[in-house]
Amino acid sequence: MPLVRNGKIADDAFVTLTDEADVPGDGAIIVSAARLLEDAERLLTRGGRTGVIWPNNREVDDLVPYLDRLAVVALVFPTFRDGRAYTQARLLRERYGYRGELRATGQVLRDQFLFMLRAGFDAFDVKKLADAEAFAGTVTRYSVFYQPTGDGRLTALHQRMLSRHSERASQ
Amino acid sequence: MYAYDQLDRALINERVDEFRDQVKRRLSGELTEDEFKMLRLQNGVYLQLHAYMFRVAIPYGTLSSKQLRRLAHVARRYDRGYGHFTTRQNIQFNWIKLAQLPDALADLAEVGIHAMQTSGNNTRNVTADQWAGVAPGEIEDPRIWSELLRQYTTLHPEFSFLPRKFKFAITASAHDRAAIKIHDIGLRLHKNAEGETGFEVLVGGGLGRTPFIAKTIKSFVHGHDLLSYVEAILRVYNQYGRRDNIYKARIKILVHELGIEKFAQEVEQEWLQMRGSALTLDDGMIEDVRSRFTYPAYEKLPHMPEELKKAAHDSRFEAWRKNAVALHKVQGYAIVTLSLKPVGGPPGDATADQMDAIADLADRYSFGEIRVGHEQNLALPHVARRDLPALWKALDKLGLATPNVNLVSDIIACPGLDYCSLANARSIPIAQELTRRFANHDTASLIGRLHINISGCINACGHHHVGHIGILGVEKNGEEFYQITIGGRADENAELGVLIGPAVPYAEVADVVEDIVEAYLALRARPDELFVETVKRLGVEPFRERVYATR
Repeated sequence: MPLVRNGKIADDAFVTLTDEADVPGDGAIIVSAARLLEDAERLLTRGGRTGVIWPNNREVDDLVPYLDRLAVVALVFPTFRDGRAYTQARLLRERYGYRGELRATGQVLRDQFLFMLRAGFDAFDVKKLADAEAFAGTVTRYSVFYQPTGDGRLTALHQRMLSRHSERASQ
Repeated sequence: MYAYDQLDRALINERVDEFRDQVKRRLSGELTEDEFKMLRLQNGVYLQLHAYMFRVAIPYGTLSSKQLRRLAHVARRYDRGYGHFTTRQNIQFNWIKLAQLPDALADLAEVGIHAMQTSGNNTRNVTADQWAGVAPGEIEDPRIWSELLRQYTTLHPEFSFLPRKFKFAITASAHDRAAIKIHDIGLRLHKNAEGETGFEVLVGGGLGRTPFIAKTIKSFVHGHDLLSYVEAILRVYNQYGRRDNIYKARIKILVHELGIEKFAQEVEQEWLQMRGSALTLDDGMIEDVRSRFTYPAYEKLPHMPEELKKAAHDSRFEAWRKNAVALHKVQGYAIVTLSLKPVGGPPGDATADQMDAIADLADRYSFGEIRVGHEQNLALPHVARRDLPALWKALDKLGLATPNVNLVSDIIACPGLDYCSLANARSIPIAQELTRRFANHDTASLIGRLHINISGCINACGHHHVGHIGILGVEKNGEEFYQITIGGRADENAELGVLIGPAVPYAEVADVVEDIVEAYLALRARPDELFVETVKRLGVEPFRERVYATR
């Protein structure tokens, strides 16, 4: 599955580790939530970068103590119809200030890219190659946004206020 | 009327382009039906028994004459020349072709109409009192807030894939015409002691197979905090609402399972963390939206003009006036309801020709404005009382002056088995038969206010639980049967109806309703004791006895 990062198809340096596999001393790995919570100190002080794949039915509060040392948090869309990870993403970015890579995994399809981007995802494990290739065009489809999120895009309400002020200033 | 600005216009045009691309990918096979289904639903496109059905939003039930003409155009050009007004201020077209949908949407977008989120597991069309802005005694026009909510809920990046659909309704009058207590979130606008605008927030109402009346979660949320409070509710629901069973996925089940106190605590905790965020509405933003609603320049007119005195001699006119004309907040004006329930007709349908004619009448007599109510009727909200006789003559010719508003033949019904792939039984022919049985206006007037609601299946699109008489179609051994409830209501005193006895076959429904009505006429304490009041006073038993004694 192609990975899109910073708007482009990119190589994935991370290897997903099964819970049975030995933890390598270096190299970038992604581990399960259970393994992270069980063995956090060793995983987060090893030579390579470490990420976690976090299920959508577990509160992200439990992740908070590790956020500044995690290179990737991967959230899950078991189907694209299950929208819980959007809330998790916004909480991680906007409430807990997570600045590392936030990766969308599972049934990640073109028609949800923009919602994901707005919720704070910056990496996308895309299901279909054609969707990955269409990423840049898809996420620029809209120029107007009605809701404020952590992505900093101005909402229509705020834009209107700004244009009112500039109208007044130019009068 | 709310006038779109360039931002609103840009967004709906971008949405049309996106949907055009999605349809193209579906037709080329790039998208599977499973992937496409949710995308088309989010644009109001269902696959029904015979064809695609297209549901278009009429936010808070307000339409301009130009918009209504465009709906007529869509009915004529892309459908079979008519549309069906629903119980949630939408209009549905039943025979549309998938390949033509993007063009239909583009035509509608030109006049500021969209179909975004009229289905799917997201926040649906925000509905409001259809008399908003004109009802006497209203605290303030709730459509300002409805529009703020419409914008806030449109393409929300966090809440477009909720556990299940999510519906808002809002009212600012003591008498609730928006049925807020049967919505996922109901908002009752009122003022605090300081005279500031805010909302009583109700949550967890809904019908379907597990009906609940909404409960108050907070008695006053300041208008400035409306969006952050709503976001807190949606966030709690998005995280904890059930996704294992679609029949238990609505917020009402979460509220019921957690209990309203616990649910309220969760919301409060979430809200306290985001109160004061960018979601806070300042007065400037609210005023900006308010300033884009235009109001008619009313004239100073007498309450009892000569034209009205003269017309009072015509008993047909008088019957209509007493039934369909309501008091307006401005002296000399009236709110006129247009019944879409002619004798023998399917409730809520209007032909393209009727829509065009209504648009013309709105231009002539109602400052170009039309309203759509959840009872599946239309209204002209600003008619000068001196024009009532002329308007009546025009409406009568169009078949839109049936004086049955709020009476027994003003039936709310879902499309039922005639159109809907979910239905177990027919709704429309039952409604049609009942309108024939109660076609006599004098009898209907004698009976007084009585709402009959019909649903063709347990999904309850006809709101049968809250009908004064509710009729629910079920299937038994391949045959259509109907369960009958009485005593429900959808207003500020909302209640769920109670089953009166075993289901009856299709052919007997109209007889049973007649028996119930006869029982009421015999049992009521006074002529002005309404049907629901008699049921409340006596309970179901005396009705049950009369209906089933001979069956």
